[in-house]
Amino acid sequence: MMYRRAASPLHAARAAAGSAYCAALAAVALIADHPVMLAAVLVAEVCAALAAGAGRQLRRAALLTAPFALAIAVINPIVTRDGLTVIARGGQVPWLGNLDITLEATAYGGVLALRAVALVFAGALYASAVDPDEVLRLFRRVSFRSALTAALATRMVPVLARDAGRLAEAQRCRPGGTAPRLAVVRATATNALDRAIDVAATLELRGYGSARRAPRARRPWSRHDLAFAAAAVALVALAVAGELTGATHFEAYPRLEAATAPGLIGFAVAMVACALAPFVDRRGVSR
Amino acid sequence: MTAMVSLEGLTYRYPGADEPALRDVTLEIEPGELVLLAGASGSGKSTLLRIACGLVPHVHGGEVSGRAEVAGMDVREHGPGELAANVGTLLQDPETQIVMGTVRAEIAFPLENRGESPASVARGVEEAALALGVAALLDRPTHELSGGELQRVALAAALAGRPALAVLDEPTSQLDPVAGDELLSLLRRLNEQWDTAILLADHRLDRALPAADRVLALAGGAIAFDGPPAEFLAWAAGAAPELLPPAAQLFADAGLRPLPADVKAARAALRAHGLLEGREGAARPAPEARPSRRKRGATPALRLRGVWQEFSGGAAALRAVDLVVAPGERVALMGRNGAGKSTLLRVAKGLLAPTRGRVELAGPMALLLQHPGDYFLRDRIGDDAAPAVLDAAGLAERADRHPRDLSGGERQRLALALVAAGAAPGDPAPAVVGLDEPTRGMDHARRDALAAELRELAARGAAAIVATHDAELAAAFATRVVLLGDGTVAADGAPTEVLAGGWYFSTETARILGGAGGALKPEPGAALLRERLSLTEEVPT
Repeated sequence: MMYRRAASPLHAARAAAGSAYCAALAAVALIADHPVMLAAVLVAEVCAALAAGAGRQLRRAALLTAPFALAIAVINPIVTRDGLTVIARGGQVPWLGNLDITLEATAYGGVLALRAVALVFAGALYASAVDPDEVLRLFRRVSFRSALTAALATRMVPVLARDAGRLAEAQRCRPGGTAPRLAVVRATATNALDRAIDVAATLELRGYGSARRAPRARRPWSRHDLAFAAAAVALVALAVAGELTGATHFEAYPRLEAATAPGLIGFAVAMVACALAPFVDRRGVSR
Repeated sequence: MTAMVSLEGLTYRYPGADEPALRDVTLEIEPGELVLLAGASGSGKSTLLRIACGLVPHVHGGEVSGRAEVAGMDVREHGPGELAANVGTLLQDPETQIVMGTVRAEIAFPLENRGESPASVARGVEEAALALGVAALLDRPTHELSGGELQRVALAAALAGRPALAVLDEPTSQLDPVAGDELLSLLRRLNEQWDTAILLADHRLDRALPAADRVLALAGGAIAFDGPPAEFLAWAAGAAPELLPPAAQLFADAGLRPLPADVKAARAALRAHGLLEGREGAARPAPEARPSRRKRGATPALRLRGVWQEFSGGAAALRAVDLVVAPGERVALMGRNGAGKSTLLRVAKGLLAPTRGRVELAGPMALLLQHPGDYFLRDRIGDDAAPAVLDAAGLAERADRHPRDLSGGERQRLALALVAAGAAPGDPAPAVVGLDEPTRGMDHARRDALAAELRELAARGAAAIVATHDAELAAAFATRVVLLGDGTVAADGAPTEVLAGGWYFSTETARILGGAGGALKPEPGAALLRERLSLTEEVPT
């Protein structure tokens, strides 16, 4: 999952606007509890990724996330004792106690799984469509430590991805050999600290975070910058408004309470429309 | 005049190390000096460079005593970020020194950090890109670059701001001979026209010595010699013969004095002695490239039939390559950066599927890529390598150590033993062992040891194929040299045919003697010179 330059409105937007847009999608996934709203966020993310030419990256993210999401959906009803509507009686189980499965815990497990997928998708969209070099420049003007932390977070994903690719390739070069993927992931993670030190040292050697403040590059706000920034604000505003007005209300415990149409559907449709509106105008998308 | 680098009684010990890496080092480097650091692996060259750019002690920690100032700043008080205003740095592994997504952003990054205006940044990027030959790469993503390209881009980023001091650790290790020579010319130009002081460590002394004003030889962390190149050669002939470049070694072995620093000086001296015949040194036609039909009847270890490798959206890296390698053959795969050497090895191993053509292997193939450390996934060497492999690498007593505790040479030796062993005890050994640029950052002693290991592998029946820019390694181990150019086999023949007549892909001895007598290395070259000397003495004057 790496940034690749492409001709899309999201790629054409400045990093601040692109980051804000992805952060807004993540924020909606955190604010909204209603499964319909979460589904709307997922639809918006998938369509946005396809419109940004990042469909393949999103597919990889989905494959990686699916087992975790499934685990969340399965484990939540088993370990949660809340909820009044019992749909299956498991009796007393050693270590776990009473294993009654409730409708509420099952539904909330689904909500948590949807939220996890929506958060991962927002991250995948950010990683594949927002230029990390621009993000690095963005943070350079902040204090050195926070800038370095942000820079490391931005750079480490591609660095570790490259390391993992190299390690896996090296294992294939041994006679008879491929290593288990888990071993490669573990070795990559073990080396992450060393690699972070390498990257931090290089950033310092190139004068990153030195006393001199880089002059702010004067770049006029393009139609895409404005569109994605406006979409980010609108998405968060819609999510907050939905919760405040009760139109997207969802309460799992003790008994399921969920808002229903037509207000809910209106908010969901508006959410998807806001998220995808910036992709309609494709003028000036190549950089 | 303030010295660019001023060290006085400097002793440094890495955290947890028993011995200091630098001992009582005192030296001054003036603006405009080009100083070459010489010494075996582990002698302290890289540590000295890390002091000069501030990584020691700020990133590595450890104990420092004595005084160390760079550009008038005490390195214990000023970190690499502050020193970066005056110091451009390139360390050994370019992959760890690329932090941006595109080449343009990478070169612009240090200039932006210095607070330069956008116009100044744009000009600096263009100039550095032109100087380092990476202008065509400016809009390429950095993760798509080859090792040689990465090295040039990292170097462009280090030099873009025209620093007062350039600190360079093995800057030519991944470059082909042409690019390496061009880089040294560029450094010389920076040094002469902008007064840039250059502190350079390079095992390829034959390449770097003619450009140097001064040589610092390190041994065991202490300065063993400090003086001009000519005096260094005279000192090294007695005290550290392993540091002599091939031209000087040729003269030393032949009993000729003074020792030359480069090919031009060597040829002039030989001509003065009447030891060089008129046309020696003229380029010879390279042997014709044709599909080899060696050892007719024997099953080849590797056969490539009309192999193409065309990257999606990119160039063709291999174009209808036909190649047959027999068991026990030792092949050096040479060519400029991007000629297709690494791709050929990857296709042969099966890491890349050829877009057309066929690859046939007589048995398993082992391939040692450029980072030997990648072959170890676990925290204990013994968990990655079987006891027999550790024995073969001479590291049986270090089975409990972490792979990072091994030196670069030990790591490579172990990785080679690991790939060269069968998958499991009793399994067949690989029919082909490939190595991709194994000598980067390697000193002469380690290179000779590697050549011996390759000869041993081949003696056991494996075909050894090594992609390398290092003509000295090729001369030391190969029975055959395949020269690739633009994805095709440009020349294919015995080392004495291919390496004797080229301008760049030839050894220093061959360039001096023009390939006379098939001499590629100093020892046979010196024998030839001694023979000519004895003939000269017999001629009545």
